[in-house]
Amino acid sequence: MFDTALLLLILSSFLVIYRALKGPRVFDRVLAINFIGTKAVIILALIGFSYERPHFLDIALLYALINFVATIAFLKYRATGKLG
Amino acid sequence: MRFLLISLILFSFWFLLSGETNPILISSGIISSLFITYLSGDLLISEGKVRKNVHLYIKFLRYIPYLIYEIIIANIDVVYRVLHPKMPIDPVIVKFNSELETDFCIVTYANSITLTPGTVTIDVGKKRDFIVHSLTSKYAESLLTRDMEKKIKEIENV
Amino acid sequence: MIELKEIIAGLFIFSGCFFIIVASIGIVRFPDFYTRVHPAGKADTMGQILILTGLIVYEGLSLISIKLFFIICFILIVNPTATHALVKSAYLSGLKPWTRKKEND
Repeated sequence: MFDTALLLLILSSFLVIYRALKGPRVFDRVLAINFIGTKAVIILALIGFSYERPHFLDIALLYALINFVATIAFLKYRATGKLG
Repeated sequence: MRFLLISLILFSFWFLLSGETNPILISSGIISSLFITYLSGDLLISEGKVRKNVHLYIKFLRYIPYLIYEIIIANIDVVYRVLHPKMPIDPVIVKFNSELETDFCIVTYANSITLTPGTVTIDVGKKRDFIVHSLTSKYAESLLTRDMEKKIKEIENV
Repeated sequence: MIELKEIIAGLFIFSGCFFIIVASIGIVRFPDFYTRVHPAGKADTMGQILILTGLIVYEGLSLISIKLFFIICFILIVNPTATHALVKSAYLSGLKPWTRKKEND
């Protein structure tokens, strides 16, 4: 069950990589990368259940935080030209 | 008092995430939650705002079932529009003013617009002017009838 | 022998996968940035919440399901916010939205 769901999620990530490579504007690329990052959270949680090692959930929680901060930091850098 | 409350919240969060009962680890958890409260406690709960807003949070709970219903409708709608071979979309941008007053309600309204069918909030100005992107003009009209705004207005009125 | 719990969890997980795949098809298929935001902001959030709810049903009540619940709360707050930040910065940089009329001219 978990393995099939993992395969489906990886398939959808590959579909979105097309948009990240081709996207005409930079925002399309950021949208695609943010989408893949949120998929990575779900994939990590599913890996934890599939191998019966619940410590993967801590990594998933941390990755959710970092992914959000990365998106906001990129947009701020693009809007203002600095990160301070 | 506020200092102790925030560090208690942080410590219970730490305990729920770690689940350790070893005394050394628990003392290190207490020390780190006190230290973090000293560094950035003002960001979590700013002074004097909590007691004023408690009734808002309680009334907000009554709004949640309606929001969940709208989210499910929105998702079925998006799935229909994505999988339809002709893509029945005709995007428009709408601008309108809102009558909501408190910051909490404006944020709730903007996020609800994003989560409900066919509409995404682009910007909220300082004079509470909303700019909304809508997939079809039908959804833009349903936004201008202000059904959802009335529901949120009920939260605001004491 | 498959238990009832596993069947319910499987239903949640696979319907979540369906929503996520539809969202990725929408991102590839829609014509411009503003319309791509719609599937990414809605169907994506719904799919993630469904999958994590399925995992909670599978696990039962324990410390792990509390962690999953934290992830769900976090996603509910963060995903509309990230979408809003993206659209706002695109709008401020002057990106014009695509309309049906331009295509017909």
